[in-house]
Amino acid sequence: MRKVTFPHMGESYRTFKMLLNDLGNEVILPPRPSRRTLNLGVQNTPEFACFPLKILMGTYLETIEMGANVIVTSGGVGPCRAGLYAELHKKILHDLGHPVEMIVFEPPRLYPFNFIRNVYKLNPCRLSIKAIIECIKRAWRKLQALDNVEKATHIIRPRELKPGATTKTYKKVLEWIDKAYTTREIIDAETAALIELDNIPRDPERLVLKVGIVGEIYVLLEPASNLEIEETLGNLGVEVERSMFLTGWTRDNTWKETVEGLTVKDAAKPYLPELIGGHGRDSIGNTILYSKRNFDGVIQLAPFTCIPEIVARTILTSVSRDYNIPVLTFFLDEQTGKAGMTTRLEAFVDLLRRKKLQAPDNKLLTASTF
Amino acid sequence: MRIGIPSALFYYVYFPMWKVFFEELGVQVITTGKTTRRMLDSGVREALADACVPIKVFFGHALALKGKVDFLFIPRIVCLNKKTVYCPKFLGLPDMIRHGLADMPPVIDVRIDNRDRKNGIFSAYYAVGKMLNASPLNIIRAYLKARLTQLKFQRVLNSGLQPLEAMDVIFKGKKYQSVKQPGQLTFALVGYPYAIHDPYISVGVVEKLRQMSVQVLTPDNVPPGKLNWQKHGSGKRMFWTFSERTLRAAAYFARRSGVDGIIHLTAFGCGPDSIVDRFIRFNNKNGGNIPFMSLTIDEHSGEAGIGTRLEAFVDMVKRKKRGDR
Ligand code: SF4
Ligand code: SF4
Repeated sequence: MRKVTFPHMGESYRTFKMLLNDLGNEVILPPRPSRRTLNLGVQNTPEFACFPLKILMGTYLETIEMGANVIVTSGGVGPCRAGLYAELHKKILHDLGHPVEMIVFEPPRLYPFNFIRNVYKLNPCRLSIKAIIECIKRAWRKLQALDNVEKATHIIRPRELKPGATTKTYKKVLEWIDKAYTTREIIDAETAALIELDNIPRDPERLVLKVGIVGEIYVLLEPASNLEIEETLGNLGVEVERSMFLTGWTRDNTWKETVEGLTVKDAAKPYLPELIGGHGRDSIGNTILYSKRNFDGVIQLAPFTCIPEIVARTILTSVSRDYNIPVLTFFLDEQTGKAGMTTRLEAFVDLLRRKKLQAPDNKLLTASTF
Repeated sequence: MRIGIPSALFYYVYFPMWKVFFEELGVQVITTGKTTRRMLDSGVREALADACVPIKVFFGHALALKGKVDFLFIPRIVCLNKKTVYCPKFLGLPDMIRHGLADMPPVIDVRIDNRDRKNGIFSAYYAVGKMLNASPLNIIRAYLKARLTQLKFQRVLNSGLQPLEAMDVIFKGKKYQSVKQPGQLTFALVGYPYAIHDPYISVGVVEKLRQMSVQVLTPDNVPPGKLNWQKHGSGKRMFWTFSERTLRAAAYFARRSGVDGIIHLTAFGCGPDSIVDRFIRFNNKNGGNIPFMSLTIDEHSGEAGIGTRLEAFVDMVKRKKRGDR
């Protein structure tokens, strides 16, 4: 019997489970990455492999233990290592004696046949094309709902009156969305979830800092890999805006709010005119846009040895100076500890708060709120 | 006018062409010579701690040119073979120097990407020539001469000399002779040219092997055309040029008769290498079974450590060879 699994990325597993089930697959849910996942991954990958590759390796080994024998993942073409992950994972897994099948999705626009073939492989129910498209559409809507609810927590958490209230409610409402099946149900669950979150008592007077989060996609999307940095920041009274979500970048936002209507690419151009792969250029462009939107600071999250983010970090030194926006970078690996990270975050938030209080255009504002 | 070319990274591959081109246009070319402790230290200090050793070395070389030249020449080489691109750090190299270091001379960073005609090799040189106010005729002449020199350089490499020696041959008229003694071992040393041939960061691996009377072949000694025909056996295309070249070279040497062992020299902190090394191992496992070792070099690799490992490997190969017979 084929048992299908896939990488764990934040809450997105709820969607993928539904989609794969709809197509008639038996699904093995990837567990949330834990210490054990990391250890398994680190033991079985090269030392300088990037962090996401190690975590995924750990996840695959865990799901294989649980009986998975088909792994669905994405490929992608250069110029970064992610495109080679699947190949390397497969070789290592086979070498370890796990004859798993890997189904690698390449960008459908470049490889339409690969896409169709893969869908065919994952469709033992033999649904019609039309039915498949319906399923994908519904799954997409669920993914959007999950993202929207998560975004709401980023705004509410720093303002909550009772510490931990947001996280608790968030956990609860996620289950509502999880259970929703039809598009109607998904939309209803989403609305209910947003209302429930909005009911959390908040302090409207609090001085809340705004911090943008940029960096490499996996460590941005998987809280287990970044030690729940967004939650930690929220608890420190910081509203975060992440530059990346599975259902798309926050492009619409940035278009509206920046005066010049700059795209990320254009913003980055004076500093890095070349697409260097991964999300290096986005990190630079988004930092500039956040500064233009008067954010108080930017945090860059990057896996240890991540090539594009190293390039970006080097260049961000100048960006931070030119745009007068503090940037804090975390290179994450299995040795990063939560305590150390929190200490650095507290110091950073302190700095931002002092900076904000000193800024001339804020004097009035703070005077009126206190 | 003085133009500075850091003696690191692409230096080992394209310097002869660049030197001739600029000199033909009447520009003085200043290089930084061999990597020194001082350069490495300043590179380590100024570059991001998480960067790989070769990039730190490049930063060190670039810093050594500060205040000494009017321009730095750091082309943005994206793609030269219409297929693979260079490591992201190469793609962002001019930007890292420009924005990551303070008070550097202006950087000439022409983009070379021959997947589209506008950015082809000749156009790139032409653009650089224009920046230097040269006449079209002079640019074309300088370009052709530069190309010829590069061909000559490749020919000398094909004869078995390593890049720095080959540069001595074509620019200083030095003579080297490599006579292979009977019974001598031959090792292939694969990896990135800027790691293998920088005697400082590789802790002189080539020299050390030669002293143990091992003849050393590197990917640079194989005509590029021949390398391109090699299958490297990993299902998906490798998309970084130097990494792919390393994989192909490893496959080529494993098949070629007369090679007794392969050493893969990897750079500390190198992202692509972590994948390349695994692929070489897997390929080797399924095929040739030629003795293989990988050596990682870093800022502090000790002379002694590497020496001992090399000796052990040489002994192992010798024993195996005797056993085979
Ligand atoms: S972007 Fe970074 S983490 Fe992603 S594959 Fe490239 S090096 Fe690895
Ligand atoms: S290929 Fe490796 S050693 Fe070379 S620049 Fe890139 S990361 Fe550094």
